[in-house]
Formats: sequence, structure tokens, C-alpha cells
Amino acid sequence: MKKLFLTLSLILIFSVFFTGIALAQDTAPSDDEVNAIAKQLYCPVCENTPLDVCPTEACRQWRELIRDMLAEGKTEQEIKDYFVANYGARVLSEPPRTGFNWFVYIVPPVLILIGAYILFNSFRAWTKPRVAESGAGRGKEAKPSAGDDEYIKRLEEELKKRK
Amino acid sequence: MTETPTPNRSVPLWAQITIWVFLAGLLALVGFGLNNASNPMAEIGKPVPDFDLVYFEGYEYNDTAEMKLSDLRGKIVLINIWASWCKPCEQEAPDLEEAWGLYKDRGDVVFIGVDYVDTPEGAFGYLKKFGITFPNAPDLQSTISSILNRQMGVPETYLIDREGVLRQIKIGPFASIAEIQAFIASAE
Amino acid sequence: MLPEFGFGVLLVGFIVTVYSGFAAWYGVRNKSASLVESARRAQLLTFPLLTIAAGVLIYLLVNNHFEVSFVYEVTSRSMPTYLKVTAWWGGQAGSLLFWAWLLAMFTSAVTVRKWERDLEFLPWVIVVSSITLAFFVGMVVFYENPFTRFWDIGGQVVPSLFAPSANATVFTPDDGQGLNPLLRHPGMVIHPPMLYLGFVSFVIPYAFAMAALITGRSDDRWIRITRRWTLWAWLFLSLGLVLGGRWAYDVLGWGGYWGWDPVEIAAFMPWLTGTAFLHSVMIQEKRGLLKHWNMILIILTYALVVFGTFLTRSGVLSSVHAFANSPIGPLFMAFVSLTLIASVALLIKRWPELKSETEMKSMLSREALFLFNNLLFMGILIVCFWGVISPLASELFTGTKITVGPPYYERATGPLFAGLLFLMAIAPLSAWGHSTVQTLGRALWKSALAASILTVGLVFTYTKNIYALIGFFLISFVFFATVHEFWRGANARMKAQDENFFAALGRLMGRNRRRYGGYIIHISMALMAIGILGIEIFQIETQGTVASGESLELADYRVEYRELASWDDFGSAVNYTRSVVDIYENGIFIGQLYPRIDYYYDSQQNMTIPGQHATLKDDLYILLVDWQPVSNQGATFKIYVNPLVNWMWIGSLTFLFGLMFAAWPDKDPADEPVRKRVGAGGRQASAAD
Repeated sequence: MKKLFLTLSLILIFSVFFTGIALAQDTAPSDDEVNAIAKQLYCPVCENTPLDVCPTEACRQWRELIRDMLAEGKTEQEIKDYFVANYGARVLSEPPRTGFNWFVYIVPPVLILIGAYILFNSFRAWTKPRVAESGAGRGKEAKPSAGDDEYIKRLEEELKKRK
Repeated sequence: MTETPTPNRSVPLWAQITIWVFLAGLLALVGFGLNNASNPMAEIGKPVPDFDLVYFEGYEYNDTAEMKLSDLRGKIVLINIWASWCKPCEQEAPDLEEAWGLYKDRGDVVFIGVDYVDTPEGAFGYLKKFGITFPNAPDLQSTISSILNRQMGVPETYLIDREGVLRQIKIGPFASIAEIQAFIASAE
Repeated sequence: MLPEFGFGVLLVGFIVTVYSGFAAWYGVRNKSASLVESARRAQLLTFPLLTIAAGVLIYLLVNNHFEVSFVYEVTSRSMPTYLKVTAWWGGQAGSLLFWAWLLAMFTSAVTVRKWERDLEFLPWVIVVSSITLAFFVGMVVFYENPFTRFWDIGGQVVPSLFAPSANATVFTPDDGQGLNPLLRHPGMVIHPPMLYLGFVSFVIPYAFAMAALITGRSDDRWIRITRRWTLWAWLFLSLGLVLGGRWAYDVLGWGGYWGWDPVEIAAFMPWLTGTAFLHSVMIQEKRGLLKHWNMILIILTYALVVFGTFLTRSGVLSSVHAFANSPIGPLFMAFVSLTLIASVALLIKRWPELKSETEMKSMLSREALFLFNNLLFMGILIVCFWGVISPLASELFTGTKITVGPPYYERATGPLFAGLLFLMAIAPLSAWGHSTVQTLGRALWKSALAASILTVGLVFTYTKNIYALIGFFLISFVFFATVHEFWRGANARMKAQDENFFAALGRLMGRNRRRYGGYIIHISMALMAIGILGIEIFQIETQGTVASGESLELADYRVEYRELASWDDFGSAVNYTRSVVDIYENGIFIGQLYPRIDYYYDSQQNMTIPGQHATLKDDLYILLVDWQPVSNQGATFKIYVNPLVNWMWIGSLTFLFGLMFAAWPDKDPADEPVRKRVGAGGRQASAAD
């Protein structure tokens, strides 16, 4: 098992290595290759517009830089790392999962889970049979769909008849 | 409603406290966050927070490749933020270079070009095209820009006096050498 | 003279608004009918006053009064008249006035009708809306005045309302800066007013909710009175969002309609709470549950509306929409905070009185499913809010800027939207009060089966992408379940009333407009979801530089570059570069497209206008990226194929129809006899208070 894992990871490493070389051998990187990386980057000059569609001169230069780096045989990750080192983490479409940035990813699911917990708890409380039931509540229960439009009631009855 | 046997209970204290703390925290976060994002760290009349300068090769100051802004205390520092993709910057570039010719031998006035969000190729091309000789540094991770301003427009020029206090800000290009001279004179 | 007059009217409007709010408050506290009546009349006066001020501003805009700084900023001589009029909301000062004007109109509409009937609430409604109105008018009067002029003091030009010194003369620039070119698109002309109509209409239900809290009248009266307001508010907000998306698709040239831009999200957040509100008020109307929750939702919606107005106008979050920078941020923040704190305090005070009248019976009852729906909407809201706020938090605490972009939102909201679709399929078929797995299963198995068959069919014919298949399954489930519901209802009625099928369907829908309008909206959401899935999952693109006569290929399409022309339109100071491309599908010529780039000299801004070939199957969307000076040397194109995206717009139209169907005025819901659910309990409670 361990051996298999080792072989697999070796294959993985080599395949990555060789694709890197294969990429380096390509003569001129195509626009599509450039855009594939540019799509994931954001230039600080035109905030919130992905680099691949940003029409400014600054972004055009960035795309040329990506093209040059691709031509030099740099991998996607190396290029992204270069941009982060030079222009800061804000060039990435998502903050890297380190340090304080974890809050970006953790807060929403935690809040949603808390919400779900509160909701389910309330359900449990609501659906638990109560001993002392208020008169108004009783009346209501007898006709659960009272107040609902009559057509639907008739409709349901009609359907029952057919079954 | 009135005949409901269960008494009307008000919101328990702990819940009220939680709600208010949460609300206050949220509002404070949004308020301070917005305030922080929209305020420049440097204000005219206040000392400029320190930052690092890593010069472009061939554009060092006193042959030192790296320094801090605070190392330049005692000199008048003119920081010009530019970029090679910026058209208005090209208008003022020759004037700035010519003005630098007037000041460089005095020794107590330093021009530093700070290249904002640029590629090395573009930057060196621009510096060569306009024959710039004064010290120039890239704005790595846009730190200098975020310390100095918030508009992030280019060009912008900042004047720091001998005590390290921000004295003047010029948004947009200089129209003439005389304007640059007057600008610098205001920190004398 | 005119600017002074406009300002004078605004100032009077402000004073009248403040008076109206104060008089209503003081009058109702001291049971002074005459004072309340006076407040009402003052309130009714605000609308004509603001209309006059707005009229003056429009006159100045249309007649090139560039001495007025607002006119200078948003218009230029070359702009056509209709654009000069709509430039009213093209800048910050004008759009704040527009907001205030709408609010004055809506509040007047509420107070001028049914005054006697809703006498209980209306003084407080005036108080709440006057506070809001006073804030916005005050903003315009004191901070963002559209009537500020340029003055020349010995060669120096300063903006000021009145002559800053005795020797100052009015300075009139030769021409204005002109409206931001991005905002000159017809979509942009109507997108902000729609959004604002939606924003402002939500103030009315909020005002009634606050009135209900203050008076202690805890039944659903306030919901019945504002039911239609809420629907219309929701309609306009939705339309505003859709139009904004269409505008982005046609003008921004990024191949999509929604970029998870903070400003888009700022407009989307009130829509989320508003939609949740729209659903959960039904539970209160039908079952007397969730009174607290509805209050929370409307308070949140109001806060998000004001916050959204602020974000879209302040430019504090940089974005494609950020065309304004101003000092009003802290004031907006203070206003949002104060109203939020006051509302929450009021809610806590009245909490015990807002008790549910019945109980939740089962996790599968309609009301329970509505609650799940609310949970999902709140989840999406949390994701959106946090996505907008966390870059601010990061900069505040760590000093580094970060971007929270589409991958974050897509990953986080995807499952939540899928959950909403699922609920949309099953909730309409569950019963109020009580449902079981059996009853639900009986009602749904046919639709689920049909959706499954369709999905399996798609595996073999269209896609093997698992997310897409889940999406298509849910969409078709919603579609079949809803259509089945129409069929079931019409069939039942047909048998019972001995009518033919279409007459039965028509009557059924006519008698239950809100219900069936809602179902049409559900179907429209499913249609829109098709478009969203298409562009999110199946969008493909390519880019390349081709010489004249050469072509690029993508999917079944071939795009052949013919020629390119570039010319200046001096009248409007724009340079147009227009390319001509032939498009072929499977080798068959299907037409010509003209992707172009407009360059605006005054603002040094490019606009990339795509060439679009739209079919139900997909959109071919071609952008001109770059070109060589000599056209036979070549031009660079970016080509997208956006599958199914047109269902987005078809869905939007269906949506519009469904909402009109549900909301078209007939009998006022507040005039309907109150059902015998609570007896006189609600009344007594408020009387005893």
C-alpha cells in the first residue's frame, strides 16, 4: 500500500515535471493560454475586473508579462506567485488561505450553521406537544387549512375522491 | 392572545446583551472598515509612516540598492508616483528630469520615482524613453501607494520636508518646470 | 437666479419635512388631531416642493448651465437631450435628490389615500418616512448640493452655493465634462431609477412595520396594508438588477452579466431579504406565525436599502460603478446605525407582544419549508455581506488589501441556490399546517420521475458534468412540479364546475392571482437558472489575432474577420473603431457582426461593445480586443460562446409577467375582511396598551 502510494506520487511529480517541460518547449504561448491564467488575476488599477477582460493599458502589460513568463517555461503557480510577490495578495481572485484570511472562509458557514441550529431547535420546541393549549390555538388546529382559499380545499377533496 | 395562559415573557437579558454586542461589533466593523479604506494614512502636516525602497537596478540613490524613507531625514523628498501605462505621466516626465538636473547637485533635495503597478519591461522602457536619471523604485505590493494615498491615480506627487512631514500633494501632471520648483520651494 | 431658487425650494422642503415628522410625533403623542392633520399636510407639501427643485435641476441640465458644478460634471453640449435629463441620476447630488423625490412621492401616495382607514398607523408612518426623507434632503441641502455653482475670485475658481465674496463673479465653463460613457447606455438610463424605485418602495413597508411596533398592534394589519407595496418594491428591485445585468452584458465587455462586484452585491442584498420577507409574510397572514422574524426581515431590508444606496453612491468600494467620491460616508453610516439600533430596540421592547398565534406542526408543512427558504436566503445574504465586508476587515486588521472575487461567491452560494430550487419544487405542494412524507411524495413523485428521465436524457445528449446535471434536475423538477400544480388545479376545477380546461385554468388563476402569479415567478426563476447554469458551467472562450480573411473557430462557430474602420465623431468627441466579421455555423453563413471599441477622449475611457448573435441554444459574443493600424495586418478578437444564456432574459420577461399578474391592483388587500383567526385579540391587545 505504502509502495503504491509512493509510486503514484512519483508518477504525479514526474508528470507535473514533464508537462512543465512540454510547456516550455512551446514556441509562443497562445492568447488562450495567457487568458487562462489572467482570468484568475485582478489588477489593482481596475479593481474587480478580471485581468483577461480588463481593457486598460496596465492590464495589457500584465498579460504580456504573463505571456513572456509562459514563454520562459514558468508554470501557472510560479506566475501567480510572482504576481503576488510583486503586487500583493489582492491580485488573486480569492485571498490565500493563511492567517487572518481564514476568517473570510470560516465566518459564513459558521453563521449559517448557527442559523440552522437555531431553526431546528425552534422546530423541536414548536412541534413538541404542549399540555396547556390556548383556546385560540385549539380552534386553529381543528382546521389546519382554515383561511386557505376554498378552491384548494375543494381541489384536495376532488383529488382524494379520484384516488 | 389575551387568553393565552403562558405569561408574556420579555427577551432574556443575556439574549439582549448578545444582540447588542453583535450589532455594535458589526456596525463598528463596517464603520471603521469603510473609514479606514477611504482615508489615506498620510496627511498633509503629519509625518509620513516609514516604508522601504528597493530601487530599480541602475536607478539607485547614492549607490544604495535598498533604504527606508526615514534614512532620507534631513532632505527634502519629492516622491513622484507614475506608471508606464499612464499617458499623463509622459507629459511631466521630461520636466521632472530637467528639474532633477537643477537640484541633484545640491544634495538636500531628492527625487524618487515610484512605479505603481507596472511590469519591469514597461518600467525600464519608460525610464529609458524619457532618459530618467533620478532614483526610481517599484511600488512593491503597492505598499507605498497605500501609505501615501487612496485615489491610486497616476501621476501623483508628494513632497516630504526635512523632518519627514508631508507638506504638499500634487494630483495630476506638472505643467512646467517652474511649477515643480514652486512645489519644492514650499518645503524649504 | 435659478440655482438660488432651486436651493431655496430644497431648503423649504427640508424644513417642511422636519416639521412634518416632528408634528406627527408630537401630535400623536398628545392626541392632537389638528397637529397630526397639519403634519399630514406638511408631508403632502414635500412632494411638490421636491418636484419643483428637481424641475429646476432638469432645466439647468437641459440648458447647459455649466456654471452649476453638478451640470458641469454630468453633461456636455454634445449629449442628446434625453441623456441630459437622465443625467439627473448620473451623479451623486442628483441621485440623492432623485431618491428623496421618490420617497416624498410614495409617502404622499400612502397618506393621501385611505387616511381615515389607517389613521392608527399613518401618523407614525409619517414620522418614520419623514426621518428618512429629512436625512436624504438634508444630505442634498447641506453636503451634496446639486445647485452649487462655480465662482471666479480674482482668477481662482471655487465651487460655492452663494457668492463667496463680494467681488466674486459666476464662472461658466465652455463645456461640461459629460456623463461617464459607461452610463450612456439605454440600460443604464433606466437601471438606476428601477433600482431606486425598488429601494425606496421598501421604505413604506418598513415605516408601517415600525408604526405597528410603536402602536403595539401586533396582528398582520401592517402586512396587509403594505402587501402590494412590497410586491411592487420587489418588482422594481428585481427589474433593476436584471437591467443592470443586461447593461453589463452589453457594455462592459467581460462576457457575462454578473461579476460579483461589491456594488452589484449591495443592490442584491436588499433583494435577498426582500424575497425572504415576501415569503415569510405569507406565513404570518395564513398562520399567524413568525411575527418577530418578519419584523427582523423588514428592518434588515431597510438597513440594506440605505446601506446599498450609500455603497452604490459613495465609491468607497471601488468598482465599475464607483463614479463618485464624497464626504457623506460617515453620515450614511451614522444614519444606518441609528435607525438600525432604534428599530432593534423597539423590536426587543415589543418582543413579547408579537407572540405566534398557532404552532408549527410539522417539518414538512408549508410554513416549515418557508422557514428553510428563509434560512437559505439568509445564508446567501451572509455570504454576500461577508464577501463585501471582509476586504475592509482585512485592510483594517492586517493592513493588506485582498480581493474577494467570483470563486468565493460561486462556491459558497451554489449549494444554497440549489437548495432554494429544491424548495421551490416541493414547497408549493405541501400543505399549510401539516404535511407528511407520504402526502408530499404522492404529490411529487410524477414530477420527480419526469425530471429524472429528462436528466438521464441529458447525460446522453448534452453533458456529463455532475453539477450541471444536478442543476438541470432541480430546474426541471421545479418546472414539472409547478406545471403539474397548474394542471391539477385546473383539472379539479374543470370537474367541479363543469368548465372546459382553459376556462377552468383562467378562472382558477384569476381567483388566486397571488398564488398563481407566484408560481409563474417560480417557473421564471427556473428559466433564469437555465441561463445561469449555461454561462457558469458551459461558457467557452478563445482569443486570437487574425488578418483580414482569416478566421477563428470556437465550438460550431467560425468567425471570419473582414475589415475594420476607425473614425472620430467630433461632435461627441468619441472615436469609434468598428470591425466587421462574418459568422458561420457549421460552415453555413449566418450573418455579420460588428464588435467595436468606443474611445471617449474627454474621460480617456474605452468602451468595448460586443457583437452578439443570440439564439436559444447559445450566444456568440465577440469582443474586439485590439487592432493593427492597417487592417489587413490583423485584429485581435475574443470570442465567447455562452450557452443557454438567453433563457436568462426569457426568464426575466416571464418573471415580469408573473409579478404583474400577482400584483396588478384590484381590491386592496387591506380592505379584505380580516379572517377570523385571532378574533378581536389583536385589537384588544393594542387597545390595552
